[in-house]
Amino acid sequence: MNLEPIARAHTIAVLVDNEAGVLARVVGLFSGRGYNIESLTVAEVDAVKRMSRITIVTKGTPMVIEQIKNQLGRLVPVHAVQDLTSEGPHVARELALIKVEGTGERRVESLRIADIFRARAVDSTTHSFIFEMTGSTEKLDAFIGLMRPLGLVEVSRTGVVAIRRGASGFENGKMARANGDERPRAKKQRVKV
Amino acid sequence: MSEYQELTGAEIVIKALVDEGVDIVFGYPGGAVLPIYDAIFAQNSLRHILVRQEAGAAHAAEGYARSTGKVGVLLVTSGPGATNVVTGLTDAMMDSIPIVCLTGQVATHLIGNDAFQEADTVGITRPCTKHNYLVRDANDVGRVIHEAFYVARSGRPGPVVVDLPKDVQLSIGRYAAATEVAHRTYRPRVKGDSTKIEAAVAMIAAAKRPLFYTGGGVINAGRRASELLTELVRLTGYPITNTLMGLGAYPGSDPQFLGMVGMHGLYESNLAMANCDLMIAVGSRFDDRVTGKLTAFSKGSKKIHIDIDPSSINKNVPVDIGIVGDVGSVLDDILKVWKKKRYKPDAKALKAWWKQIEQWRGRDCLRYRKTADVIKPQYAIERLYHHIKGRDAYITTEVGQHQMWAAQFLRFEEPNRWMTSGGLGTMGYGLPAAMGVQVAHPDALVIDVAGEASILMNIQELSTIIQYHLPVKVFILNNHYMGMVRQWQELLHGGRYAETYMDALPDFVKLAEAFGAVGLRASRPEELDDVIQQMITTPHPVVADIVVDPDENCFPMIPSGAAHYEMLLGPEDAKPEISAEGKMLV
Repeated sequence: MNLEPIARAHTIAVLVDNEAGVLARVVGLFSGRGYNIESLTVAEVDAVKRMSRITIVTKGTPMVIEQIKNQLGRLVPVHAVQDLTSEGPHVARELALIKVEGTGERRVESLRIADIFRARAVDSTTHSFIFEMTGSTEKLDAFIGLMRPLGLVEVSRTGVVAIRRGASGFENGKMARANGDERPRAKKQRVKV
Repeated sequence: MSEYQELTGAEIVIKALVDEGVDIVFGYPGGAVLPIYDAIFAQNSLRHILVRQEAGAAHAAEGYARSTGKVGVLLVTSGPGATNVVTGLTDAMMDSIPIVCLTGQVATHLIGNDAFQEADTVGITRPCTKHNYLVRDANDVGRVIHEAFYVARSGRPGPVVVDLPKDVQLSIGRYAAATEVAHRTYRPRVKGDSTKIEAAVAMIAAAKRPLFYTGGGVINAGRRASELLTELVRLTGYPITNTLMGLGAYPGSDPQFLGMVGMHGLYESNLAMANCDLMIAVGSRFDDRVTGKLTAFSKGSKKIHIDIDPSSINKNVPVDIGIVGDVGSVLDDILKVWKKKRYKPDAKALKAWWKQIEQWRGRDCLRYRKTADVIKPQYAIERLYHHIKGRDAYITTEVGQHQMWAAQFLRFEEPNRWMTSGGLGTMGYGLPAAMGVQVAHPDALVIDVAGEASILMNIQELSTIIQYHLPVKVFILNNHYMGMVRQWQELLHGGRYAETYMDALPDFVKLAEAFGAVGLRASRPEELDDVIQQMITTPHPVVADIVVDPDENCFPMIPSGAAHYEMLLGPEDAKPEISAEGKMLV
């Protein structure tokens, strides 16, 4: 009965007001409460409504994941929280730039593997490449692993962005804010100033 | 379309506060808030209470808020003014107290330059507030302040900081009245899910050994919530226990009330928690002081949890039914369902349950050895209760043994009468909080039950109390020790009293007199009643120094890392072996 519940990775999307300090609030919540962040991406996704989307990959037991969602929902500038991992299928992608140095057979081999992985060379010198690659985290990991013995110099990765499959979006999806709170009304009253 | 008024940012601050119904602001001026103080000077709607240190303003605002149910307001300057309120903000965050804290900030063009009295206030206060704002434009001041009040009082209440750079206070802006502000995202759920409520009521009706376990959320939900809780508890005939924060939500002298629960809660409450078959948690949060060892916590019970904060549900203890909503609204719905479906409690099972509870009660867990030559601290609180019973009294406390004795021996018949730092455990809370309570209730009897160590942490506020003729009473249980810490050293560290004895203490009678208050002292049991009587009847601030038994410890007690059924009832109980895990707990 005393089996430790298994900690699993969850991809959580958070729709927030794009205001000063909002990322610090989210990151501070994770560090302050000892939750783990495996990857985090953020960018404005609606310039008119000034909303940003944060995608976080975190790891935890079901109880901890539930807490994370509820704690995120409690933040005032948060519009909606979606646990993509537990709410049906979703697409997750990451982009990486991978620099590889080498000549001769190693150089040719890296190009061959890049071709198999559908990575694109975006910069080239006589003894180096920069590959651009998009895919799942696992695919990127595999490619980078293969590049290591072939002269891997450095890697830059964006972290995961993810979106739910199918026609429904964040606002008309099933889940808005954390499970307890009422959904914000579709028609937003803006403050008149 | 409404017309906008053009005002300075500072004038907008005052106008917005007045429009929010604020009558009292606790504060301390400084360079970065001078324009706001100038605007205060020019009006008569707001009364400003000048504290002696900003920490005092924060706790005073908390005391004001908790005793009135309204939002407490404080105004402090930038830099040290803001950093001094961090403890008070954290305290309000932990205990869910609605306060709005306005801080001055250096001018916007200086932010980030390490300017004089600059601190990153929004950065520092982000984790200890429900929300905070840095206002960069005078046109936003009105809207942000109204939003701040909305956020502070809605849902699970909490502290909100509004940081106001000096240039924003001085520049001209347009003021938006409160009605025009609707929050974009923050709309906490008030109404509970009706299916879950029906299931909960059925579960309540079917219980054999039920227990209501209610907390500060009931008090935060307003007086009506306490009335509904009382109605439900009486209708069912079930026993009820309160957390430290929840005292007063149900009449303390009622026989269905078992007393406080938790680490220093009553034996009958904790045993009822351990043995119930249904726990109905209302506005309480399964805090570690309440649950004790989690793996041994009330294993045989089903649990219903009603709370406005979804993150409170299933946080520490998994529950069977979690209902998110305002406690008052959900209790109202529960009562309606109960009456409509004509539920009746299981009378036979209930009778047996009460019989068991009465047996636990028979242990008389609060008993202590009375002595003729020294005042026992418990006796002091008992006598205090005897003298204030039935009066229009408000009690605040500091933190430590005295706080627990007050919680055990004082009984509260209604909500908002008991103000104590529960979650954060802030020594120095009680005196400024009492000041805030007295400002809100000028004619009431307001008593800070204190220890000699805690009281010294914000003693400067006696000066404020004198300035505003606030007849606050300070009732110090003086044992020369940081008693609670010493008690833990006895239990966990072989009685090695590292730095818990204060070799030098002020003469509290003279100290009171130096501030301009009345000082009294009782050193022997026979002097106690007179001193209490005199304290209560003196229409001025009084400091009563009650010299108590220095060695007394606070019982009953659940040692850290232990379960409810492993309670120590008194010094005669064998000192338990504390597990390594238990030693790590605070």
